[in-house]
Parts: sequence; structure tokens; C-alpha cells
Amino acid sequence: MPTSAALRAPRSGPGQTWLRRLTNGDEVARLITLAFAATILLLTGWLIYQLWSTSAVPRHKFGFGFLTSSQWNPVEGQFGALPFIYGTVITSILSLLIAVPLGVGAAIFLSELAPPGTSSAFTFFIELLAAVPSVIYGVLAVFTLVPLMRDYVEPFLKKTLGFTALFSGPIFGFGYLTAAVILAIMTLPFIISISREALLEVPTEQREAALALGATRWESTWQAVVPYARLGIFGSVFLGLARALGETMAVTMVIGNDPSLHASLFSPGYTIAAVIANEFTEATGELYPQALVALGLVLFLLTIVINALARLLIIATTRRGSAHP
Amino acid sequence: MSFRNRWRKILSSLMLSLTGVCAVVAVSILFLILGLLVYNGWRSVDWNFFTQLPKSPGETGGGMANAIVGSCEIVVLATLIGLPVGFMAGVYLAEFGGKTFAFLVRYTADLLNGVPSIVIGIFAWSVLVVRMHTYSALAGGFALAMILIPITARSTEQFMTSVPQTLREGALALGASKWKTIATVVVPAAHRGIATGMILGVARIAGETAPLLFTSLNNQYWNTSLTQPTASLPYMIYTRAMSPYDDWHRQAWAAGMVLLLLVLFANVAARLILSRGIAVQK
Repeated sequence: MPTSAALRAPRSGPGQTWLRRLTNGDEVARLITLAFAATILLLTGWLIYQLWSTSAVPRHKFGFGFLTSSQWNPVEGQFGALPFIYGTVITSILSLLIAVPLGVGAAIFLSELAPPGTSSAFTFFIELLAAVPSVIYGVLAVFTLVPLMRDYVEPFLKKTLGFTALFSGPIFGFGYLTAAVILAIMTLPFIISISREALLEVPTEQREAALALGATRWESTWQAVVPYARLGIFGSVFLGLARALGETMAVTMVIGNDPSLHASLFSPGYTIAAVIANEFTEATGELYPQALVALGLVLFLLTIVINALARLLIIATTRRGSAHP
Repeated sequence: MSFRNRWRKILSSLMLSLTGVCAVVAVSILFLILGLLVYNGWRSVDWNFFTQLPKSPGETGGGMANAIVGSCEIVVLATLIGLPVGFMAGVYLAEFGGKTFAFLVRYTADLLNGVPSIVIGIFAWSVLVVRMHTYSALAGGFALAMILIPITARSTEQFMTSVPQTLREGALALGASKWKTIATVVVPAAHRGIATGMILGVARIAGETAPLLFTSLNNQYWNTSLTQPTASLPYMIYTRAMSPYDDWHRQAWAAGMVLLLLVLFANVAARLILSRGIAVQK
């Protein structure tokens, strides 16, 4: 009876309007969707709580020594995270060294040079590349990249750069460098698509002004356009870094599974995600699985901080050009 | 022209062509992946692959029928949990969201989206596997749903906010209540975009392996219930590729090709749906 309700409208107050909105359905709909939105917060909170409470035993036993010890010996109950943290960080940084120049270069081409048709076709293919499941990268890495690295790339690097500790020692094919290459391929699409969006946000005047001052096309791009979009590009790099740190399957398949520290990039190592993937189902007792959960917590904190930074940078650039204060 | 200016011009064209090389390299990686998988997978896939159970380690032949069905089970479970929750949360963010709380939810969803999938696996393990004392399809489905929820929420929100405000105003002016406006005007107008986001999300979780390692585990046989360890295609690919047997490597290629083609097909289909509906989301 909507009409009679409208006629009796004058009796109003905050409670009354709330009740009316409730019978109207709007308030019900808002509360229902609100509950689902809150689910996201609850799940995330629960996730953090579970990681924290399930890693209590090693946290009390080792304290911060867990992060700095390089002993990982499940049989004797020795658990130190350093070799895994080192492997995770070194493979991720190496992968960025490969992916960032390649990705930013490709993004510049797609946003500044390519005709719209080519640009959107390339972007489409690059987004497909981002959709390829991680385990498939793993299969390709094991069967094609590892032999390639073992037989050609690593011997070449050893011959030319072998005088440094980074590129010396025996060659296996499995190890930090191979993991870094596959990670670079996997992070590349994220860096390209987000950098491209940041570059497209740059106003045309910025380019025209540089060209009018007599800059070449490249100088205009590199000195006027790229600095303008720098926050978004940094954001894409951080996002790529977070992906690389948490990437599991492909790395697990090529890292070589050696829980000790090595200077050589050719040597087998381990990452946090890889050791969790490999040892979790075999971990017995109380301390061992909890030590792996503690590693998971370290990985979670590492990626959450870098992701938060990346999101802030991306929000900052998409709201306004980064050249404005 | 002075030497310096000539050098600037040369540098300009050199660097610009280098950026082109970067783009071509990035795109050719996709075709290399596709080519290698189809080349190796096509030689390895046969009818048995789709109809038979896996053989014991070292034996030749067999297939992955149970893993294909298991994957479907786990993905359907995750979809049944993840899509409704994600969709409703997305509706809230787009239509009812205030300033602070909506920002918080949005930011948390993005962070949850960035949590490594193996950590999600640990969470599902500690919540379900430990309590139920068994690995199960249920735990795998729950883990994948955790990944699907923030993806769906954010894409639903994105496509609903791109529906023009005038459409909403038109409906409200005709006397429709807000929820009726959303249900009969906004969602239908954005339905292609929302569907695209959902398909992309499901395609993403279908290929996830890490969250399944210690939630649904694996199974050599047909399983009859959702509370048993369940085989899945990504997990099979992993174990087959890491095994020392040539015949299992062959199967890894075959399964990899099937999975990749499914995922890429879903992605292309989703984008086609979207490109036809582009008119409504100006």
C-alpha cells in the first residue's frame, strides 16, 4: 500500500525513516551487500590470525633468530629462514633487473609509438600472457629453459663474467638464475600493462611542450613523459616484485631445492614459497609444520608491505598526474 | 647539421626501435609458449588421456580422467562460494559504499588479491584440513574461493560504476527504489562486464596449483565424496613434470596443453563478450 504510506508521511523521525527504508527494501539490500563486503575484511583478518597463531611454537622457540639463522635441519629440529629469504629476495630482484627494462621499453612502445590497432592487439596478447597458469611456466621451464640455461646461457656467462663470484662455480641448469629468468617472464605482463596505463595518463601537452623546445622524440619521451608517469611505473615494478616474491610453482620446479646460502647464481637454492610447497605435506610433529607456517607468515608480510606500497603509488597516479604535488 | 644534433637523432631512432624490440619480445614469448605446448602436447594427447585413470609410477599409458573431473569439482565448489560473495561485495562497493568503509574494503580486497596463493593454501589447510583431519576437495575449493572473491568483487564494482549515472536517475525518477534500480537497471546494463570479470576470475583459479598442494592433495583413483583427497589437473601436471619417467613427461605436456587451451579460450571468450557490450559502459 504505497499510496497510503505516502499520505501518512508527516510522522517522521530518524527511526521512522530507517524503518521505512527497511520496508522499502533499500536498507535490507544495503545490509545484505554490506555483510558480503565485510566478509572480505573478516576473511583477511582470519587469515592473519591463523598464520600468527599456527606459527606460535617456532616464534617462541627461536624468536627473531628464526630470521637470521641459516640452519634448516628438520631432523634435529633446527629451523632458520635465512637461506629461503635470501633465495626469495635474490631471485625476485634478479628477475626485476631483466623484466623492468624490457617491460618499460615495451610499455613506451605501446603507449607512445605504436598505432592504436597494433597497440591494442599487443596489449591483448600481453594480457593473455598474464593468464597463463604458473604450473605451465613450470613445465616449460623444466623441459626447455633448464637445458637452454645449462648448455648455452650459463656457460657463456661463466666464460665472459666468470671472474666474479656471482658467475662462477659448477653449472646445473637448476638454480637462482633460471628461477629469475622464469620469474622475469611471469612478471613482465604486469609491468607492461600497468606502466602502459600510467604512460597513457600523461597529458599530450607534456609531449608537445618538449617537442616544441626542440627535443627529439626520444628525449621528449624519456625526459618529459616517463618522469611524469614515474609513480605509476614504480607501482608496476612493486606489483611485479610482490608477484615474484610469492610465486610458487614455476620457481619450485627449477630452483634446485638446496637449503643453504650460495654466492653463485648458477647454484641451486631455495625460496620461501618453494620450501613450503615441497615440505609441507611431509612435515610431521608440531614444530616442523609450524616452522613452515612461520615462513608463510614472513612471505605474507613481505608481499603485503610491497603490495600496499604498489597500490598507494598506483592510486596516486591514477587520481592525478604525478608531476603535480 | 652539427654532429651533436645528428647524434641526438640517431640516438632517438635507436632507442625508439629498441622499445619496439622489447614489445615484440614480450609478445613473442606468448607465441613461443603456445607453440611449444601445442607442439609437444599434441603429440602426447590421446583418447586414453581423457578416459583412463593414472597408471602406477613407471608404467606406460593411462590418463587423467579423475583429475579432469576432480578439477571441475574443485572449481565448481570455489565458484559457488566465490562468485556470489564477490558479486554482492562488488555491488556494495559500487552502489552503497560510503567513503571510509568502502575504501577499506577495496584496499583489503586488493591486498588479498596480492597474497601469494601458497599462503592462501596454508590458511585453508589450517582452517579445514587440520580440523577435518583429511585433505579434501572442500578445502581446495575453499582456498580457490578465497582467491576468486576479491577478483570478482573488484571487477563487478569496476563495471557497475561505469554504468552512466543518468540510467540510475531515470529509474529513480520513475519511482523505483534503489535496490530495484540496481537489480533491474544497473546490473543488466553492466552484465557483460560483470560476466567477463567472472569468467576471467574462474579461468585464473582453474590454473592455480599452489593452494591445492596441501588442501585437496591428489588421488590415484576416482573419489566419491567431497571430503576425500581429490586429484586435479594442475597438481597432476606438477607431479608428472617433476617425475623421472618419460611417459609421465609426455602426459605433463598433454595436460599442460589442455589446461592452457582451456584457460586461453576462456580469456578470449571473456574479452569477446566484453567488446560486444562496450556501448553500455561509456
